[in-house]
Amino acid sequence: MMLHWLPINISTYGHKIDHVILVIYLIVGIWFLLAEGILGYFIIRYHRSKGQPAIFQPGTSLRSLMWVLIPAALVLAFDIGIEVVQGPIWEEIKMNLPEKPDQTIRIRGRQFVWEITHPGPDGRLDTADDIKTFNQLTIPVHQKIVFELQAEDVIHSLWIPNLRLKQDAVPGRTIRGWFETMQTGTYPIACAELCGSGHGTMQGQLHVMDFADYQKWLAEQTPSGEGATSGTP
Amino acid sequence: MALRKYIFSVDHKIVGMQYLCTGLVMAFVGGYLAYVFRHQLAWPNEPVPLFGMVGPDQYNASVTMHGTIMVFWVAMPILLSGFGNYLLPLMIGAPDMAFPRLNMMSFWTFFLSTLLLMSSFLVPGGAASGGWTSYPPLAASPGLSGVEWGGHLWILAVALEFASMLMGGINFLTTTLTMRAPGMTLFRMPILVWMLNIASLVFMFSVGPLIAGAFMLLADRLFQTGFFLPQSGGDPLLFQHLFWFFGHPEVYVLLFPALGIIAEVMTVFARKPFFGYRPLIYASLIASVLSFLVWAHHQFISGMDPRLAAPFSITTIIISVPFAVAIFSYIATLWGGSIELKTPMIFALGMLAEFLVGGVTGIFNGSAAADIYLHDTYFVVAHFHYTLFPVTFLAGFAGIYFWYPKWFGRLMNETWGKIHAVLTIISFNVTFLPLFAIGLVGHQRRIFDPSLFDYLQPFQHLHVISTWGFIILFLSQIIFVVNFIASLCYGPIATRNPWSAATLEWLAPSPPGHGNFEEPPVVHRGPYDYSLPGLTGKDWKNQTEAV
Amino acid sequence: MKSSVPIWRLGIWWFLGSEIVVFGGLIVCYLLYRFHHPEWASEAAHTLTWVGAVNTVVLLTSSLTMILAHHEVEHGNARSGATYLGLTILAGIIFLLLKSYEYHHEITEGFLPSRSLFWSFYFLMTALHGLHIVGGLVANVVVWSGLKRRFATHRIESVGLYWHFVDVVWIFLFPLLYLSASGGMR
Repeated sequence: MMLHWLPINISTYGHKIDHVILVIYLIVGIWFLLAEGILGYFIIRYHRSKGQPAIFQPGTSLRSLMWVLIPAALVLAFDIGIEVVQGPIWEEIKMNLPEKPDQTIRIRGRQFVWEITHPGPDGRLDTADDIKTFNQLTIPVHQKIVFELQAEDVIHSLWIPNLRLKQDAVPGRTIRGWFETMQTGTYPIACAELCGSGHGTMQGQLHVMDFADYQKWLAEQTPSGEGATSGTP
Repeated sequence: MALRKYIFSVDHKIVGMQYLCTGLVMAFVGGYLAYVFRHQLAWPNEPVPLFGMVGPDQYNASVTMHGTIMVFWVAMPILLSGFGNYLLPLMIGAPDMAFPRLNMMSFWTFFLSTLLLMSSFLVPGGAASGGWTSYPPLAASPGLSGVEWGGHLWILAVALEFASMLMGGINFLTTTLTMRAPGMTLFRMPILVWMLNIASLVFMFSVGPLIAGAFMLLADRLFQTGFFLPQSGGDPLLFQHLFWFFGHPEVYVLLFPALGIIAEVMTVFARKPFFGYRPLIYASLIASVLSFLVWAHHQFISGMDPRLAAPFSITTIIISVPFAVAIFSYIATLWGGSIELKTPMIFALGMLAEFLVGGVTGIFNGSAAADIYLHDTYFVVAHFHYTLFPVTFLAGFAGIYFWYPKWFGRLMNETWGKIHAVLTIISFNVTFLPLFAIGLVGHQRRIFDPSLFDYLQPFQHLHVISTWGFIILFLSQIIFVVNFIASLCYGPIATRNPWSAATLEWLAPSPPGHGNFEEPPVVHRGPYDYSLPGLTGKDWKNQTEAV
Repeated sequence: MKSSVPIWRLGIWWFLGSEIVVFGGLIVCYLLYRFHHPEWASEAAHTLTWVGAVNTVVLLTSSLTMILAHHEVEHGNARSGATYLGLTILAGIIFLLLKSYEYHHEITEGFLPSRSLFWSFYFLMTALHGLHIVGGLVANVVVWSGLKRRFATHRIESVGLYWHFVDVVWIFLFPLLYLSASGGMR
């Protein structure tokens, strides 16, 4: 009912986010139906056309207040349950970066492109063989990728729905994050934070390749650090 | 003389009406802007009738101004200033506000801010387009947004609006503390009075840092300072903290008066005392304190230290408890009642039912892990419209239909009122339910042409459904406007107390004259003595009736 | 229900409460940045500390004369009350003149608001404070000109509360902006 709207997930942690959404959906859904059901039932049951006079019930005694306080305590219990489920997942995705990533890439947002620096064959950034592209992010599948997210001018937000990845890019900061893909293919990249008149055109592609294809792609690039570009600006 | 009486009046009733009417007019401006971008989203390549082609800049400006207007120039003036100014003195049995001249000044400051805001549509470069949150560096650098004067005017207008609301808040708090009728103890005050005061307090202590932030932002725009610009050592995230330190409490500044309005309406039309009056007040007070501690849940993925997510998740969880108490109390108030579905009651129940949707969907966004996916998608848009629309419009209409006879001495047409209520509630859901789905698909906010994104194209029909829902919603309001105006002349004459309500405002003539009450009321009981055991004839006792 | 606190005094206190959060927000922002920028100490060294110090004395004196003015008016001495209030107004004007001299000096030396974040804060905070002084002066003059005609203790107490508030704000600004040159705030 709810989860089927989500696009397919290709990251190793994406299903955990989906799981959190499902858990909240089930808990909240039951509460929601109960509350709306009772509300609707009261409206019909105690409608004036039934002809019974209203009772005087100011809810001042602790006993009658329990009808409110116990459900509220249950809400708290379920809330804590949600927190217990979601807290560690947040930690895993946003706080615990892999210590030995297979690759580190740099993604820099500016009006209105994603400037992506791949490490090149030597696997390291800021060397002569870096590969710079615009809006086209190419990575090998099944590898732990750490990204350094930056912004040139205004705040952007790196948004790759299939990875369940979203992170704002803030000028003046380098924000590190990570992901690992499970499936090859081409997936959309967008900007999720209003960044000016071209915000709605800022998009790119994530190309996830198996290792052989990735090596082939690497070989086709013009391996040069500064100034070397490929793809369309 | 007419100028003195109706324009530059110091009478709280006139000031309240001025706020209410300005708010309603601005609602149509905000609605028109919504029509422009909703049409654009549904049919991106067609010109919008009554507007023309929408480019990205017009799109961004209309979205920005829609948000700004609906929150600051519709919800605030209607809920807080409109209802507050008119009703607060009446409900506590006072002849007027504590500072009538300050009250008049408050409205005219607000009016000036309205003119400033509207003039920003006319300046070269157009109105502000950096979103209603105005995040720098985009909003701090005219060079990056292409909006020069529109942005300056936006900041000035918002700052002035805050000043006017502060004046109003000072008046509410002072009036409530000093001008209550004899016998009107704090816990005999109607819930609406409590809520208006809590809202004023929350506003007063949350808005200061943002006013400071607005000065800093304006300086960045005008004097090349760099408070929020990293190249000068500033931090763009600081503004987000200032904004949401105010922005989250602001939601409650709107919610509290709305809860107050529907408490008055629901008790009257269920003929029941409010279930758990004191617990509701305590819960609201606790929630208002907690509201200062949850702001960063708007910023989980903003780039702030991810370790902050846990404490703000926890405070967000805690704040849901007092609101659960509140919502359950409202539902319990209906229990054992004698419910009459008059127009105000339909709107009040609609507010409760729809706000529940907004409340529960907030839990998805309040959970940091789920928010990674849902943040800045249409899911968020749907969520906050399910909170703010019921709060502003459903509660607002409940209040207008309810107190209209008091304001104008005539009742609004009941049949057309019901048609208006049902159409509004249904078309509201048609507009915003599809947005939950489209958000789950991954549709990011504030893009002017979804058809440019391959992965969004299959879901374009959801935008079309939403837009048709909105068009019906917008057109339904014509019924309200006609009913509102026609009833001024042709509505059935209202008695002083057409709904058999127990609070003080229903003792005064309809409409109340200058000074409100013919003789100062003396209060002997609480505000909701409906269906007291042992009553014969009428089933209620006014607050002034002896025990 | 009559409250024990008079209406006007409550109003002033609510007003000051909302003012405190504005200045409070600004000061907190300044402090947040200051902790991250120890190098601001060398910028702060370029402020005219002696003018700031004199201005602090001027404002403190004006608060004293304000208290005396209130005291005199409360005891029915409108004439001497007016004299003390006049002295307060004079002190306020001296403060503004010294402040203008400072601005002039700093701007000609090239310390513009856009020079660095420290100077942005310096100018924004002192200008906002200066505007409050101007507002206070206007209110003081209104009360002063009415003193001869009627004994309004509450009017002088209202402007007095406000004047003390503006004074207190300066007590915060002076060390934060002028005396932080030593770089001891790490």
